[in-house]
Amino acid sequence: MNDILQFAVNALSLGSLYALFALGLIMVFGILRLVNFAYGELIMVAGYTWYILQGTFIPLVGLLISAVVAAGLASVLTERVAFRPVRSNSMNAMLITSFAVSTLLQNLALVFVSPRPRAVDVPTWFHTSLTVGGLRIGVSNLIIIAISGLTLLGLMLVMQRTRLGLTLRAAADDFRMLQLLGVRANQVIATAFLISGVLAGVAGFLWIGRIGSVSPTVGMAPLLVALIAIVVGGMNSLSGAIAGGFFMGALTIALQLVLPQDLLAFRDAVIFAVVILVLVVRPQGLIRGRFATERIG
Amino acid sequence: MKVPSGLSARKVIPVALTLGIFLIVAIVASLFGSSLVDRITTVMFVNVIMVLGLQIFMGNSGLLSFAHVGFMGIGAYASALFSLPPEQKLMSLPDLYTPFQDLQLGFLPAVFAAALLAAVFAAVVGFPLMRLADTAAAIASFALLVIVHVVLSQWTAMTNGPRTLFGLLKYTDMWTAAIWAFIVIVVAFVFKESSLGMKLRASRDNVHAANAVGIDVVRTRWIAFVISAFICGMAGAMWAHFITSFQPGAFYMSMTFIVLTMLIVGGPQTVSGTALGVLIITVVSEGLRQMENALGMNDSFPFDTVGMTEILLAIVLILVLAFRPGGLVERTELGANWARGRQRRRNSPDRTEDALVGKG
Repeated sequence: MNDILQFAVNALSLGSLYALFALGLIMVFGILRLVNFAYGELIMVAGYTWYILQGTFIPLVGLLISAVVAAGLASVLTERVAFRPVRSNSMNAMLITSFAVSTLLQNLALVFVSPRPRAVDVPTWFHTSLTVGGLRIGVSNLIIIAISGLTLLGLMLVMQRTRLGLTLRAAADDFRMLQLLGVRANQVIATAFLISGVLAGVAGFLWIGRIGSVSPTVGMAPLLVALIAIVVGGMNSLSGAIAGGFFMGALTIALQLVLPQDLLAFRDAVIFAVVILVLVVRPQGLIRGRFATERIG
Repeated sequence: MKVPSGLSARKVIPVALTLGIFLIVAIVASLFGSSLVDRITTVMFVNVIMVLGLQIFMGNSGLLSFAHVGFMGIGAYASALFSLPPEQKLMSLPDLYTPFQDLQLGFLPAVFAAALLAAVFAAVVGFPLMRLADTAAAIASFALLVIVHVVLSQWTAMTNGPRTLFGLLKYTDMWTAAIWAFIVIVVAFVFKESSLGMKLRASRDNVHAANAVGIDVVRTRWIAFVISAFICGMAGAMWAHFITSFQPGAFYMSMTFIVLTMLIVGGPQTVSGTALGVLIITVVSEGLRQMENALGMNDSFPFDTVGMTEILLAIVLILVLAFRPGGLVERTELGANWARGRQRRRNSPDRTEDALVGKG
């Protein structure tokens, strides 16, 4: 019984983190049909903001907010500078642009900070654990679940209850119609990038707290996870992305328990094979979105 | 692959022109006689093979593929496995399975066996992939790259894992690479003008129309995918026998970035453009690299200089995508217009071909 609860907590913690990663990626994908390969670098930006600002008077919460703001700004900036000019070109052009932006940001970090990982000061209580009725729960897991949960809740409220959310959902469903109704395309897309960046910032901060250091390629793993999660979730809906994220979290923890050590190394290969399989056999993913939209220009 | 409408000046001039440019580059480089120039030129010719291999699929089908650098990696590792002398294998790959331990082929057989292996792998995995469209195809090919990378860096018995694989014999020199690059240039031109290439280009420009006139789009894409994987595998093998020691990390994101930059800047839809893209990006990046080293040496910058080249290349790539998305040589092969100009003068009222192409 305890083992199952332990598993549930671990899977919930990792899954909520993955769900945030996936949501950030789907925010942009839903509207532009762009898989933003530079998404991982937003996480990197959040991490380096933490690294640079730590040791000053700013408290941890302040660091979190700064990291989120930095990632959000970086996201909007990449949209304005790189993605807007190529938006009307082919989808491949946009994909390759995002690849170029990713390389650009990574190498900026390489040149201006260091190719080697830099440690961030994670408070010691973050890695301690509480014992509740014979069950050991890591503080980090609780914090990750709490913050991700709040962020998810906040995002859901924005998407469901506000005019902004309505616009964004409509944009993901039928962007042309929205334009015909007089909504400004540039504004909607920039907002989507902002939200994407904010999500990357929150999730990235927690992620980097978990691993304890930041390096130029730190965003690679979260990007891959988010990519798988949105494919499994169907690439069409926010709820699909969330489901995909939790699924990935549970799968990762389960494989860690089940697979023997020497096969564990091939875990990612197996998971990516599943991605290809899903794309080929069930392209609509686990959860089907209501509309299959055309790409907009 | 039969060339349907025979040879015409419009088709021959671009081939001759492209070959001519690279022949001059090769001759000039060999006259220099410096080992640095020799190294840069050899890598450039290997890149010509690699990027044209990618162009055969990507340029003609219009599908984005991240997987080809993975095929290059397969080619490199396979040719290492086929060509390492048995006594070297004991050191380089101590855990190798016994059937492979005594296997040793010559240079060319090893390269071709490696390329064939890459092609067979592409044929198997490509079969389902070619059904996918747009984003799904791009994501799936990306997933494939990750899979190949994970396997190359974890299958320690065959690849020495994430550590460096060393001890390959150095077979590739500048002229070997150059001659194979020339051959691949011709192959890419012939493929583009072959009936298969034309079908593929038709499916790129309008997939529904191509289906409607009876082209089996999935099959056509698949054949091109396999051919291009073969050439990329060959490029990997040639590269491996030039560099002689490498890690799986060599066939991942940064290599993908360089290869895509060369293809996109040059112009993926034209063979001459793609080849030219390799030449230009090589010159630019090697120039920058020298500057980078010089700056890094004399400490005139307060920060590390490694990575500046990639930053500038990324900016160039973004600018090209924004302002000239078709690349430098967009649709008409380099020099093809000279022939057309002559033809037009000869029978001036007839401009049907221009009208059909949508130019003129």
